[in-house]
Amino acid sequence: MSRLGSLGARLYRGEAGYDFVGKRFLWYGVSVLITIIAIAGFMIRGLNMGIEFEGGAVFTTPSSQTSVEEAREVAEEVSGHQAIVQELGNDKLRIQVASVETQQADEVRAALAEELGVDQQRINNQLVGPSWGEHIANKAWQGLGIFMVLVVIYLAIAFEWRMAMAALIALIHDLTITVGVYTIVGFEVTPGTVIGLLTILGYSLYDTVVVFDGLKESTKGITKQTAFTYREAANRSLNGTLVRSINTSVVALLPVAGLLFIGGGVLGGGMLNDIALSLFVGLAAGAYSSIFIATPLVVDFKERDPAIQAHNKRVAARRAADARAAARGEKAPARHEDERGGAAADDEDAEPADEPRAPEPAAQGAAGPPRAPGRRQQPVSRQRGRGRPSGSRGGRSGGKRR
Amino acid sequence: MAAPKTGRRSQGSHGRTWRPLLLILTAIAALTGGMFLSGHTTPRLGIDLAGGTSITLEAKTQPGSENAINSTNMDTAVNIIERRVNGLGVQEAEVQTQGDRHIIVNIPKGTDQKTAREQVGTTARLFFRPVLTYEVNEPPAPSPSPSESGDKDKGSGDKDKGDDASGSPSPSETASDEASPGDDATEQGRALSEGLAQADDSPSPPASSPPAETPQPPAEQAPTGQIPADVQKKLDGLDCSDPEERTKIGENAKPTDTVVACDTDGAYKYALGPAEVEGTDVDDASATYDAQQGSGWIVQLEFSDKGSDKFADVTGKLAAQAPPNNQFAIELDGEVVSAPSVDESITGGRAQISGSFNQESAEELANVLSYGALPLSFEESEVTTVSPALGDQQLEAGLIAGAVGLALVIIYLVAYYRGLALVAVVSLMVSGALTYTIMSLLGPGIGFALNLPAVCGAIVAIGITADSFIVYFERIRDEIREGRTLRPAVERGWPRARRTILVSDFVSFLAAAVLFSVTVGKVQGFAFTLGLTTLLDVVVVFLFTKPVMTILARKRFFADGHPWSGLDPRRLGARPPLRGRPRRVAAAGPVNPKEV
Repeated sequence: MSRLGSLGARLYRGEAGYDFVGKRFLWYGVSVLITIIAIAGFMIRGLNMGIEFEGGAVFTTPSSQTSVEEAREVAEEVSGHQAIVQELGNDKLRIQVASVETQQADEVRAALAEELGVDQQRINNQLVGPSWGEHIANKAWQGLGIFMVLVVIYLAIAFEWRMAMAALIALIHDLTITVGVYTIVGFEVTPGTVIGLLTILGYSLYDTVVVFDGLKESTKGITKQTAFTYREAANRSLNGTLVRSINTSVVALLPVAGLLFIGGGVLGGGMLNDIALSLFVGLAAGAYSSIFIATPLVVDFKERDPAIQAHNKRVAARRAADARAAARGEKAPARHEDERGGAAADDEDAEPADEPRAPEPAAQGAAGPPRAPGRRQQPVSRQRGRGRPSGSRGGRSGGKRR
Repeated sequence: MAAPKTGRRSQGSHGRTWRPLLLILTAIAALTGGMFLSGHTTPRLGIDLAGGTSITLEAKTQPGSENAINSTNMDTAVNIIERRVNGLGVQEAEVQTQGDRHIIVNIPKGTDQKTAREQVGTTARLFFRPVLTYEVNEPPAPSPSPSESGDKDKGSGDKDKGDDASGSPSPSETASDEASPGDDATEQGRALSEGLAQADDSPSPPASSPPAETPQPPAEQAPTGQIPADVQKKLDGLDCSDPEERTKIGENAKPTDTVVACDTDGAYKYALGPAEVEGTDVDDASATYDAQQGSGWIVQLEFSDKGSDKFADVTGKLAAQAPPNNQFAIELDGEVVSAPSVDESITGGRAQISGSFNQESAEELANVLSYGALPLSFEESEVTTVSPALGDQQLEAGLIAGAVGLALVIIYLVAYYRGLALVAVVSLMVSGALTYTIMSLLGPGIGFALNLPAVCGAIVAIGITADSFIVYFERIRDEIREGRTLRPAVERGWPRARRTILVSDFVSFLAAAVLFSVTVGKVQGFAFTLGLTTLLDVVVVFLFTKPVMTILARKRFFADGHPWSGLDPRRLGARPPLRGRPRRVAAAGPVNPKEV
């Protein structure tokens, strides 16, 4: 933990980090490749739709000595349709018969019960009308559409439209990857899968929202200073929220892994497994996309904004000036002042309600705004300057408030 | 160190900190109390966990009555299905609408599921129609029992009947004693005369036989009365040996149409005039064994006053016709159950249906008829039968999965957050207690049943709930890394964590709400649990986790950054503040960068 903890601290301070934004085209490339594979898989192999979408009957028998072959023969003979028999754990059988009518299903069940020598009541069956799966699928599409519209509107209000668009793209990306995994591996698609897929909507965005929240906070008033560009700020913010983002993803994945383990291992399939499988794939994709795709996309969108472009130029000009000054052997203390003052000002208008008595600028500045990667060389002086007032001041004001 | 300084001040804020805690503890106590008082100490289990049969019915759109699928008709249908199912002695069956066109019928284990299923799907539109002609169907088919015909939904959708059909078996209030035929000049009356006019051409020698209707085996080829050419053509094209065609033919027929129909075993096909008397005119029906005339099990009908007048009137007219036009077809859901000939006007408001009934099928038909016809026809979209053994097993698997998931989360949290994990675990327990009690109370409250997807949703929710704590913990740790001591870190980290939690929980809740509103059945259970737990997550974080953190920040274990507290500034790589926490942390300062 301590190693992780100090890594977390270094990430937080921007002393360590990965240049997510700078290397974004690599990851865009990876994602585009995965998406193409997913779409190709979808086109070529299609999805393996379960009986729930095609209509028919599924029987699950209790443990017995009956072999897969025998069960298939019985089911096919009685129903007159092809039967697919799978063996579940503990000698249980799962028998699927396509396009069976109500009456026939009862007959098949009775025949199976006789073959197995068990009471009819002990054979579970599920009979699905042909329109049911279509109905579920339609509703799922409908839900997907409604949700996407609502969430884009909400995120556009809570953050801004560029973030909303990036989140939407990341979401579609996650869904595509999940569907792609299903086409390529050939997992069966059941209503459970659809439930899982729809849950990804909310969950994948949870992570994205956590990252965006940090991004929004750390780039507020970015144009009021010239120490670093939006891109740098975004990358730092991303590294700062990295631990949080990974932890939330891992913690979200763990219960799903428990479901998957039990659903697949103990029950040998079924709804638990189906929900968990699509959730697991989708959550993993979501964790990846919120870091590697969503935030870099926001940067790309942002850099089309004239205000940000102008700001980038100002930063470049400032850096050129600093470089010249450094070349002349002069230190540039003004730069410090400027950065700190600017950041503090930003932060104050960011959170007026939360901090009724705004603490001194240094304390505020320390909490939020990022430092450019280049700052790393001189942390000590900065630390001294800030640590002292923020420690004492923060301590007292905290005690007073609560 | 800091304690004496802030001791006085924190006295005042004590109440503020404890108030939310008291609130949430009171809420838990109240919910638990309510749970025990109401006697529902466990959540009601769904069919897939308790065992039983779950039937999803979908209302079918009928051409010409697209608006028939509305909430009034759906409610009526639910009412009728409920009474039918319970009329069979099936205990605790529940019938509810879901979405705008689905009805879910849950039949618990241990009841006669097969019968119940047949009852549920039967539309039970009963018509008495005059027989225009009949023919022998060429390839004779095996004969299913009459009641089985009810499985296939058919009959015409006629929304006006919805309200009538829901009427209880008691005599209808509108029934009057007026006997004059003039008063009965309803549409049916007019239809009757039309129907009879068509049949009038054939000679009509009155026959005589017992007053009650008796089934008369039709002759090989009945003389063809005057029937419309298109009906004759339809009749010729009809193949009653195909069960599918048999049910389809009656599907869109209106009571006022001249129709063709098959009998239930597909041996004969009929051309039938417009309906003279309908199922809504039937007050009560019962199954009896007819020992006297040896017709076996029969269903006795008792008409309402109005119905009996109509019936007497019609039978009187029919009796005057020549065979086969003196026959009356009793058509149930588009199939002719029996077609007795009538010899004289039947008064007294009683009739009987005889056919190849056994006790069971007669009782089923009587049950269906006495509760009236469904205002809509339904199709079985999904039928799931789960044996109690599998239900137990699934419940167990769900609980194990939950335990495994929870254990994994706790291990991870302890490994990463150490002492803070305690806060997270207790918060999860609070959240779990709230979820459990609310679910238990919602069982009787709104009919919430915990099914497998709902269990799954609750397990997935462990992650969502724990995520909120992580967001807050990480905020606090960030603040500590800035060099703050714990108490200000807890307070300063909160507003920002709060915003993140609210925004992301809102997105989760939105997903759950959309999922809940557009789906039916199992998916709804999942969405409901997810939405509920997301809401409770916000409640718990605000009213429990935050106040607890505030209180714990006063404890030395956490405030001093004990290595096991998860808040050790050295481990977090905090910048050493030079004041505020003098000795310990300052001493730790130099070690900081190298400390591993």
